[in-house]
Amino acid sequence: MSFQILLNVIIALLWMFFQNAWNGLAFSKGYLVGIIILFCLRRFFPTRFYIQKLVAIVYLLLLFLVELLKANYSVLKEVIRPTLKIQPGIFALPLEVEKDWEIMLLANMITLTPGTLVVDISDDNSVLYIHAMHIDDVHEAIDDIKNSFEKAIMEVSR
Amino acid sequence: MIEIGKFIVGVLIVLGSLLSILTTVGMLRFPDTYTRGHAASKSATLGIMLILIGTALYFWITEGYISGKVILGIVFILMTTPVASHLITRASYNNGVALWKGSVRDDLEKKYKQQKKQ
Repeated sequence: MSFQILLNVIIALLWMFFQNAWNGLAFSKGYLVGIIILFCLRRFFPTRFYIQKLVAIVYLLLLFLVELLKANYSVLKEVIRPTLKIQPGIFALPLEVEKDWEIMLLANMITLTPGTLVVDISDDNSVLYIHAMHIDDVHEAIDDIKNSFEKAIMEVSR
Repeated sequence: MIEIGKFIVGVLIVLGSLLSILTTVGMLRFPDTYTRGHAASKSATLGIMLILIGTALYFWITEGYISGKVILGIVFILMTTPVASHLITRASYNNGVALWKGSVRDDLEKKYKQQKKQ
């Protein structure tokens, strides 16, 4: 990905040389031209076209913010409920992602999502131990995490 | 235009303060460390974020000054709060802080028992 960005910047600089115009506008135009050129040549790169990856990152960020709002709503509901009606517990979540930074991102996102909090990780990085507010819908929570976050993170790292 | 902006800023800051207050209430009401961690890690993050966003917007609207430091602050709060709460809960589990008696399930127990045997 970084190689493609570097290439795009170099194309933009070349564009500035061709135009003999040295300002931000010329650079932006050159960058757009570079994106088009790289899109046409995308099958010569070993990795994906980098704009796709950028879109995946933005999607992950938006998902994260939406989940943060939902999490706050669910916690507040518990706080202002007159009688305490929680059923906490710790459950294990088998991981599919492998790289360290992916696990770090997943753990952070789980901590900031409704009703879950990461407590520990197993020594071989294969199981995440999560403290949940309502343990009765654990399987639902596992499915949720698997389908939304893990998929989105894998989409970025693919 | 500026009046509408000020209204939005006011709403953001009041919402952030309310969230912070409710976080504190949650800290007082919840029974054990782990459930308190839920309240502290979620509501506090969003509360502080809303207040900081309101501050940044206010100075942008009234004085035309975009404060990079406030934006950086938002990013840092967002990155560091979950890590801090994770470390606190993990340390308390390591030191044998018991879960609340209403807790129904504990998968982590096995791991620590195995570690003790070895």
